[in-house]
Amino acid sequence: MRTVYLDNNATTNVAPEVFEQMRPFFCEEYGNPSSIHTFGGKIGKLLDKSRKQVAQLIGAEASEIVFTSCGTESDSTAIRGTLESYPGKRHIITTRVEHPAVRGLCQYLSQQGYRVTELSVNREGLLDLDELREALDPDTALVSIMWANNETGVLFPIEQIAEIVKASGAVLHTDAVQAAGKETIDVSKVPVDLLSISGHKLHAPKGIGVLYIRRGTRLAPLLVGGHQEHGRRAGTENVPYIIGLGKACELASESFKDELVRVRKLRDRLEEALLDNCPGAKLNGHKKNRLVNTTSISFEYVEGEAILLLLDRLGICASSGSACTSGSLEPSHVLRAMGVPFTSAHGSIRFSLSRYNTEQDIEYVIEHMPGIIEKLRDISPFGRDKTKPD
Amino acid sequence: MWDYSDKVKDHFFHPRNVGTIENPDGVGEVGSLACGDALKLMFKLDKNRRIADIKFHTFGCGSAIASSSALTELVRGKTLEEAEKITNQDIADYLGGLPEQKMHCSVMGKEALEAAIENYRTGKPVSRAAESKIICTCFGVTEGEIAKVIRENELSTVEEVTNYCKAGGGCGGCHADIEAILQRLGAKKPTAADESDKAATRPKQLTNIKRIQLVQEIIARQIRPALQRDGGDIELVDIEGTRVIVALRGMCSQCPAAGVTLEQWVQAKLREFVDEKITVEEAPK
Repeated sequence: MRTVYLDNNATTNVAPEVFEQMRPFFCEEYGNPSSIHTFGGKIGKLLDKSRKQVAQLIGAEASEIVFTSCGTESDSTAIRGTLESYPGKRHIITTRVEHPAVRGLCQYLSQQGYRVTELSVNREGLLDLDELREALDPDTALVSIMWANNETGVLFPIEQIAEIVKASGAVLHTDAVQAAGKETIDVSKVPVDLLSISGHKLHAPKGIGVLYIRRGTRLAPLLVGGHQEHGRRAGTENVPYIIGLGKACELASESFKDELVRVRKLRDRLEEALLDNCPGAKLNGHKKNRLVNTTSISFEYVEGEAILLLLDRLGICASSGSACTSGSLEPSHVLRAMGVPFTSAHGSIRFSLSRYNTEQDIEYVIEHMPGIIEKLRDISPFGRDKTKPD
Repeated sequence: MWDYSDKVKDHFFHPRNVGTIENPDGVGEVGSLACGDALKLMFKLDKNRRIADIKFHTFGCGSAIASSSALTELVRGKTLEEAEKITNQDIADYLGGLPEQKMHCSVMGKEALEAAIENYRTGKPVSRAAESKIICTCFGVTEGEIAKVIRENELSTVEEVTNYCKAGGGCGGCHADIEAILQRLGAKKPTAADESDKAATRPKQLTNIKRIQLVQEIIARQIRPALQRDGGDIELVDIEGTRVIVALRGMCSQCPAAGVTLEQWVQAKLREFVDEKITVEEAPK
């Protein structure tokens, strides 16, 4: 059976070029870069090259790049490290639509006595920057706002946010896990202090992440012990994965412009066809202001898990913000924060593309999706009088 | 990814008896769009008063649709008296089991059947809410429904209750109430810690110092961990004789059910383990 993989915001395939680049560093070139002998020591040079490749993707200096084990570790290091560096400040500002890596940690910290403000979003998933201005006070240690939302793809205006936050003296962290490789990120122009990236969202393997730390930013380390990463992240470097991530960033920089035009076209074709051909289909999130690879569509009166199971039988991989797919009983916090009505929140499906998707992939989904929605609406007790597209 | 049995998949991909019946004898509706699943069930009896035809419409996940389909297969041909004996566990068994977190799908089937039978007997649409007070406001689950799933499935923890009827799966504000129902029904399995606490409970006369120590201990060992599990917290502010003054923190501080938690749960615990005269008050904010 063919697999049509449209769940690239969950994870991506490792690019073959990335895998080839990594291959020698398991069985043959397995040295420890901290060793004095040449066999290990020469690996250090390769890590420097990777650091430059990553830095280039986001307009940073190589020395500002710290390798971590994943996006969550980068987020945790940024948030906890900042709070530890500013022990007198007890206030954190974040948003209601952050990834659990940030939101869950902030909720945990609020139980530990920190004051946490969660900024709201409107029906299209956009922030009101006045709410941010009002929330900032001298007690604010940190503002953590994502660059792009993983469920809807909606982009936050990080440049404007950075201006506002910088004026207040707080530290600004952004979770750019979904944005890196899909959106122009240039920290030489956008003054964020801390920025998280995850390897497996941009065709590097799972188990490697990056925290960008602007020079001069005070940040206590999360992992303490070894001297690695200049003491900012102890632990023997994950050599093959760091080399793989460097290559993945280089590929992303190269293919960026052309590929994104093509991916956007495919996404738009898919989105328009589904909105036109499926009854009760509605787009979640701002239509223009979002990642080029993501579309979140709610199908009224049917439930997301049921849709995914029927897609799965055809080899189509997507994900849902419905309650039943997560094991929780309520639909996604992102859709709830946006005020998506309950007639459609349970039936939301996210398709997220990558440069590896083809026109055939998209046509295959367009061919099958209307039938799936019709089948489920025939079973559903709701919306029975509405069978025509809106 | 859920581990669905082949039978669940079969009944989801090929649901039996989807549809409606003209002039049905009984109709039962449970759930809602807001809750994420809903089932409308209707049946018609033959002249021997057996279920001749039964049809459903379900909004919900794979296991909700499969449970509805299984239910219709189970009761077709039965008398209402026989059909009534079918439990949610029978539905789950017929499907070769359901994931624990999806047991509420089988309960929804059972409830819809009961509602349809009651509708046949009374000739009135059945309203669940009237039957007893709503405990879980997020999912509109009543005390009676919670008690029923506890009894029928021998449940002993709040988590199990959530798996079976969704109560407590939203804001978590009703966990103390569900706990109280479990205790009232004697369904709560005492843990080793509970037992040792009980063994060491309530000396007859307490000195002030001893009472303060005991209150601190019960809050630290029993009350705080339970509240923290739900994202809340409690702080002991002061003790004056038998007046215990506390402050609620975290989620508890905004919870509309905080008053109930304090009186029915925190105070009850302290009375049970420390002193019957204890009153718990919230410190002024």
